[in-house]
Amino acid sequence: MVTIYDGKPGLSRRELLKRGSIGALLVISGSAVISPEQAWGLETSALKPETMATLIQVARDIYPHDQVPDKYYAIAVKGHDETAAKDPAHKELIEKGIADLDSKAGKGGYRGLGWEEQRVALLTEIEKTPFFQAVRGGLVVSLYNQKEVWPIFGYEGESYSKGGYIARGFNDIEWL
Amino acid sequence: MAAQFDLKNDGVVVIIGSGAGGGTLGNELAQKGIDVVILEAGARHEYEDFINDEWESFAQLAWKDKRTTSGDWRVAKDFPNLPAWIVKSVGGSTTHWAGASLRFQEHEFKTLSTYGKQAGANLLDWPISLAEMEPYYAKAEAKMGVTGTNDWPRLPGNNNFKVLKAGADKLGYKECHTGNMAINSVERDDRNSCQQTGFCFQGCKWGAKWSTLYTEIPKGEATGHLEVRPNAMVIKINHDAKGKVTGVVYADKDGKLQEQKARIVAVAGNSIESPRLLLNSQSSKFPHGLANSSGQVGKNYMRHTTGSVYAVFDKPVHMYRGTTMAGIIRDEARHDPSRGFVGGYEFETLSLGLPFMAAFLNPGGWGRSFTTALDHYDNMAGLWIVGEDMPREENRITLHADEKDEHGMPIADVHFDDHPNDTAMRNHAYKQASALYDAVGATRTFPTPPYPSTHNLGTNRMSEKAEHGVVNKHGQTHDIKNLFVSDGSQFTTGAAENPTLTIVSLAIRQADYIAAQMSARSI
Ligand SMILES: Cc1cc2nc3c(=O)[nH]c(=O)nc-3n(C[C@H](O)[C@H](O)[C@H](O)COP(=O)(O)OP(=O)(O)OC[C@H]3O[C@@H](n4cnc5c(N)ncnc54)[C@H](O)[C@@H]3O)c2cc1C
Ligand code: SF4
Repeated sequence: MVTIYDGKPGLSRRELLKRGSIGALLVISGSAVISPEQAWGLETSALKPETMATLIQVARDIYPHDQVPDKYYAIAVKGHDETAAKDPAHKELIEKGIADLDSKAGKGGYRGLGWEEQRVALLTEIEKTPFFQAVRGGLVVSLYNQKEVWPIFGYEGESYSKGGYIARGFNDIEWL
Repeated sequence: MAAQFDLKNDGVVVIIGSGAGGGTLGNELAQKGIDVVILEAGARHEYEDFINDEWESFAQLAWKDKRTTSGDWRVAKDFPNLPAWIVKSVGGSTTHWAGASLRFQEHEFKTLSTYGKQAGANLLDWPISLAEMEPYYAKAEAKMGVTGTNDWPRLPGNNNFKVLKAGADKLGYKECHTGNMAINSVERDDRNSCQQTGFCFQGCKWGAKWSTLYTEIPKGEATGHLEVRPNAMVIKINHDAKGKVTGVVYADKDGKLQEQKARIVAVAGNSIESPRLLLNSQSSKFPHGLANSSGQVGKNYMRHTTGSVYAVFDKPVHMYRGTTMAGIIRDEARHDPSRGFVGGYEFETLSLGLPFMAAFLNPGGWGRSFTTALDHYDNMAGLWIVGEDMPREENRITLHADEKDEHGMPIADVHFDDHPNDTAMRNHAYKQASALYDAVGATRTFPTPPYPSTHNLGTNRMSEKAEHGVVNKHGQTHDIKNLFVSDGSQFTTGAAENPTLTIVSLAIRQADYIAAQMSARSI
């Protein structure tokens, strides 16, 4: 089971150093990926937590939205851990895919590449692979179908319970 | 009270499908006292059960059974198993539809004579004219409550419409308004008026938009002459030694095969399933499928020349608020070959929610070019292009050689290649629409490829002569007197207009014909 822990107390800088920081924001602890800044953690069951951390970065590089916190990318890819737990072939697809990206990236691995362009160049190389297709294809729904991200994009979602928009700005445009 | 008919009752008219064509025909016949059984593959969800959520609603209503695709259309690459976005549910695609209800133009019933022979296209004149259709269009508009007809006011324009209108004015387009919509602009027919909810594609939870689900069907049921049997997937039409159809075989809700006897069978499963069923009903007498002596069953598949253009502005639009498609520009709908193509197209406002926008804006796309478009979702406006596409014999529905569905029925393959005329028209429309949004200050525009087909047409087409098509001017098959086609697959050509008003008008007309033939005892 993948669990997203919300509202974890932020780790102290000292603790963070003790656990070993991976990349800018995410910390691996035991079987979990933790974001000390944002106070959430994600526990993996089938995939290595390092793999999950890289997968989160890959997800952001595929659909980069600077205003969307990592947490939602983590939620968007956690399904791969669940599938991997049930399906060894899927586990191998993801682990190998990430390992391949790491080796292409050289020392420091994928997450060690500082610029998005560098990482995107690697993703472009593997764009046609089943690994990339599986990750990208899943994300279209798993990222954008999270109701919690909609407000970030200014999409208001369900409107029936509020009586539609007839009295809530269906024709409120002013700048034309 | 809804009727219930015995499986052995061979006096009933059996209609396959409860959407625009089937649901309307069922009610019209029931109103005349004719006993009707509608067999519908999908479940029955009433409008309170609809869901204001794109993917959840899709899961509830859409036809998701596997189909395959081939051809050069982009849908085959991006959505290889979802050629069409249509519905499997009581009410058919009239649950999902947006309500745009336009009459065809006179010349669109005579495309071969008007456009002349087009290489690579299988154009043909309809065996009916606009003049013959007009009384039925009027009946359909009255039934459906189409705005801008019968003194019903047009809907108020939402934000997306206001952007469209401002652009239309800048470009000098003359005919731009909030459309002819089968959506109540005032309370009528015991139904609400539109509350500008913006989820027209997900089923109207207010019942303001016309759907056979809560208009034709309950009205027909109230006569005591109509039974709608949901979860009944028809897999074969049976016939006797003389070649008359005698009933249909369907899988019931438990997957058990049943045979419903019939005096008349009318096929209205939409343009992929209707030919699939006729082809699958082949027998030693009809080795190429029912009503297929012309070889045209499944051919001439049309889907309209479509595409969308979305544009981002430096200020908010909130296009998703309010009626999804209440906005139209009709100036490009004319036939004017000087533009480099025959036939014409309409511009209609369109909005998708964020989840569908992500899936359809540029399928397969990723990276910043893609995501920065979505970053400004609230500053987006959008329109849909719907234009006449060329019928081609090669564009067709066939039975898959080896893949079968859960009932053992071969699944459908949908082959489609754009005709050069389609491509020229789409490119023209992309250019005009981008110019329109640029004129109101768009900072970026997105020519968006066609979605899986919402308009599916032409695969059992009407023709004067039996060798050119499948049905006559009443939708009666040329080959079998008591077998009818009652959906958009009858269309000889597609016209520039959204098809449903014409499907409904043809169904009303067909009901008159069937009733007359029944009382004359000729069927
Ligand atoms: C999102 C969307 C928006 C649209 N907007 C518009 C619009 O604004 N204007 C417009 O004119 N049109 C619009 N359309 C198109 C419109 O919905 C269709 O043209 C119309 O509903 C087609 O009518 P039909 O009777 O041919 O088929 P449908 O309405 O699709 O009904 C067919 C029914 O038959 C059932 N069926 C199929 N095969 C079998 C079988 N073997 N046994 C039993 N039942 C079967 C299906 O489950 C379905 O319920 C839209 C469609 C969609 C999806
Ligand atoms: S906008 Fe109007 S027609 Fe569309 S779903 Fe809402 S109430 Fe119904």
